[in-house]
Amino acid sequence: MDAQVSFLDQLFDAGLLIDTGVPGLYGRSGAFEDVIDRFDALITSFGRQDGAEVVRFPPGMNRAHFERSGYLKSFPQLAGTVHCFCGDDAGHADLLQCLSEGKDWSARQEMSDVVLTPAACYPLYPMAAKRGALPANGRLFDLLSYCFRHEPSQDPARMQMFRMREYVRMGTRDEVLAFREAWLQRGRELIGVLELPFEVDVANDPFFGRAGRMMASSQRDQGLKFELLVPVNSAVKPTACLSFNYHQDHFGQTWGLTTASGETAHTACVGFGMERVALALFRHHGVDVEAWPRSLRRVLWG
Amino acid sequence: MDEAIRNTIVAIIAEAGRLPVPANTLADEADLYQAGLTSFASVQLMLALEDRFEIEFPDRYLNRRSFSSIAAIGQVVGELLSQREAA
Repeated sequence: MDAQVSFLDQLFDAGLLIDTGVPGLYGRSGAFEDVIDRFDALITSFGRQDGAEVVRFPPGMNRAHFERSGYLKSFPQLAGTVHCFCGDDAGHADLLQCLSEGKDWSARQEMSDVVLTPAACYPLYPMAAKRGALPANGRLFDLLSYCFRHEPSQDPARMQMFRMREYVRMGTRDEVLAFREAWLQRGRELIGVLELPFEVDVANDPFFGRAGRMMASSQRDQGLKFELLVPVNSAVKPTACLSFNYHQDHFGQTWGLTTASGETAHTACVGFGMERVALALFRHHGVDVEAWPRSLRRVLWG
Repeated sequence: MDEAIRNTIVAIIAEAGRLPVPANTLADEADLYQAGLTSFASVQLMLALEDRFEIEFPDRYLNRRSFSSIAAIGQVVGELLSQREAA
């Protein structure tokens, strides 16, 4: 179970993932996507009663919003920015010359206004803040986006481009903490009906550098992040498939988001790693969905 | 705590701590997080302390506790300064 390459090879051999030559960047088969779709629908069924507002952003976000978000303070190593050719005819000729000689052809590339979305909720906060103060009882959003993180790996559960579904709650401290508590319970039920082994543990984000050690320690001490972990690629280091995050007033402060009574809003989110849960299902129930337990098939396909 | 070290720590908190209250009104044992020290500001504080005292906090001190009060900072800074002098 700890031989990382072998699970990835097994997924390639079964045709579920398609090798592109870049670790962490894979094509998906129809069978794989069907599992993702069914899991997506299952999340919706667990969250439906809350009446979240559905919002979908493309997997790129406004660079100005990204810069203001503080992401570069914490995770400069994971960010992916979109650069484009901005030269003239001579620049184009240079580019082609470099390309043909196998040299660096990026000299005429300039940073565009687009950054690859690092987490589904990053484009949401500026949108929500633009609407003005939150209504009484705050807001709840339902998001899904492909996300990018620059962390090439042979672990199929650590992709560079992957989908993240999220529910994001904005409101008072008590409101967002009650939301997170409810999803900590629902998350256990959700993964339970998928017949997967799991544990829930306090966690920290992969903050960069020495300052990051401080941030990570602080995050753990305050119990701001919990993860629901399932053994996918390794029994020793199980994979975070769901995460339950309390941001305190970090995004409220950053975006000037206030509650109905004019206080800085608090936010929390629950995130679902779509590919990770699909991989957990393939790992524990086999690569052939037809052979999955009938009880599980009923949960997913009805 | 050495008075000069204490004064320097208070001055650095005033500069880097971004507290809503003046740093020189804080008691040595007062909880800086209660006083409004954010996680990001505590990182800035850590870097500013390293810069001013020419020390480097080892990993075991890179946590919330080490920066929780003037007294806590004074204890860690004092220890690192004495280690530096012994070295």
